[in-house]
Amino acid sequence: MPTKLLVANRGEIAVRVIRAARELGIRTVAVHSTADRDGLAVRLADEAVEIGPAQATKSYLNAQALLDAAKSTGADAIHPGYGFLSENAAFAEAVTRAGLIFVGPSAEAIRRMGDKAAARAAAMSADVPTVPGSDGVVESVDEALRIAGTIGYPVMIKASAGGGGRGIRIARDAAELTQVMPVAQGEAQAAFGNGAVYLERFIGRARHVEVQILGDGHRVVHLFERDCSLQRRRQKVFEEAVSPALDEATRQRLCKSAVRLAEAVGYAGAGTLEYLYDADTAEFFFIEMNTRIQVEHPITEMITGVDLVREMLKIAGGNRLGLAQEDIVRRGHAIEVRLNAEDPDRNFAPNPGRIEGLTWPGGPGVRIDSMLYPGYAIPPFYDSLLAKLIVWDETRDAALNRLGRALDELRIDGVKTTASLHRRLVDDADVRAGRVDTNWLERWMQPTA
Amino acid sequence: MARHELLSPLPGTFYRRPSPEAPPFVAVGQTIAAGTVVGLVEVMKTFNEVQAETGGTVVEILVENEDAVEAGQALLIVEA
Repeated sequence: MPTKLLVANRGEIAVRVIRAARELGIRTVAVHSTADRDGLAVRLADEAVEIGPAQATKSYLNAQALLDAAKSTGADAIHPGYGFLSENAAFAEAVTRAGLIFVGPSAEAIRRMGDKAAARAAAMSADVPTVPGSDGVVESVDEALRIAGTIGYPVMIKASAGGGGRGIRIARDAAELTQVMPVAQGEAQAAFGNGAVYLERFIGRARHVEVQILGDGHRVVHLFERDCSLQRRRQKVFEEAVSPALDEATRQRLCKSAVRLAEAVGYAGAGTLEYLYDADTAEFFFIEMNTRIQVEHPITEMITGVDLVREMLKIAGGNRLGLAQEDIVRRGHAIEVRLNAEDPDRNFAPNPGRIEGLTWPGGPGVRIDSMLYPGYAIPPFYDSLLAKLIVWDETRDAALNRLGRALDELRIDGVKTTASLHRRLVDDADVRAGRVDTNWLERWMQPTA
Repeated sequence: MARHELLSPLPGTFYRRPSPEAPPFVAVGQTIAAGTVVGLVEVMKTFNEVQAETGGTVVEILVENEDAVEAGQALLIVEA
């Protein structure tokens, strides 16, 4: 087990990691930029080291400054949190080379699963479904028809040089594909100066589901799935465990596929395998793996009773997994909402400022993961996540009621937050019914003409 | 000639260029009009354009690329 842990992050996740370390009797070192001197992590840690100026590139992303801070404080392990250097294979390697423990998977695993093509190949060889598509560029209509026949309609024709949703055409059947294929090639040429296109199955009502796993390099267990379909600009805003869309048989198949893939790559640490779930066909497709702890990990902790960050530290210390799959039993339903310093009434404009007053909700089944305290000035240099409100109850409906109750108790004065958006979501009929997909929230927010 | 300070509307990180390889939005000696974009301020990972309120000649740029700036801090001086 590490004896002194440097937390190479800031904000709520630095606080979360410090809490886990303290409970294990591990001493903690917080690092901070000049803008984060008053951070809660700095106050909670046993020691703090200033590592650079406000800009993340010169502080939290400065690998040498982090290694120097570990050396000067005598830390023997580094937890990267999420974001920043958490999925940087070179950093993981540098930490290990400095004789320290990197609390996460090996650099090799980060590299392999962080590369989309390599991860897709690993998934296919572990018999885990991926989004059906052409292997590379499709040249002719005949070739497109043949491939579409095997991947299934509707299909997307995507410009190889496109991205971010641009350069996409959809064909619902062979006749439409015959007609649209040359158009798509022409458009790709005109828009991107490159007419190359490829095919992929079009999933009209996709849900984002992801499986939490823990591995020790020999054995992997899953901790069920999370559903993060409510997204704005591809950013998750509202997550729940488990997914209301899956039946038990599908859930078992999904979670077992994640274990299979993680075991195939000898994964050690906490990780999340992200999938698209097609609500129309009840199929799931692996898209990528996050080789770190995730923002929404607390909902998994709430339904399983497993402290994921504690497990990460134990695994990093060289311990075998103490949990067998049958030890992990889920109970009830958990929801997390992200309280961001953004104004939902002004197109989510960022809203840094000082916390003038703060009342957290309490009572049964309510958890807050946050770095806020009254008087805290939120620096403008980092992301806008202020707090995560997590609720648990025996059923999904009860959890939604509890979330509404907790949001009614919550008061954050001084800055605008996304709490008001979440309060409206709680009472929405589609949210209540679990009838959402990854585009639902943006449709819902469109002003009705 | 009136000297006018152009202030940052927001706190955050100031960028003189639209992207690392691109030339700066404005340079000393350049004549700008009201509404000319003179830089970006990144606030919580969103980028906001800073526009000149009045036209004139840029005589001094007071902040470096990627400097941390406060709301209301002078970014450059324009003479009209």
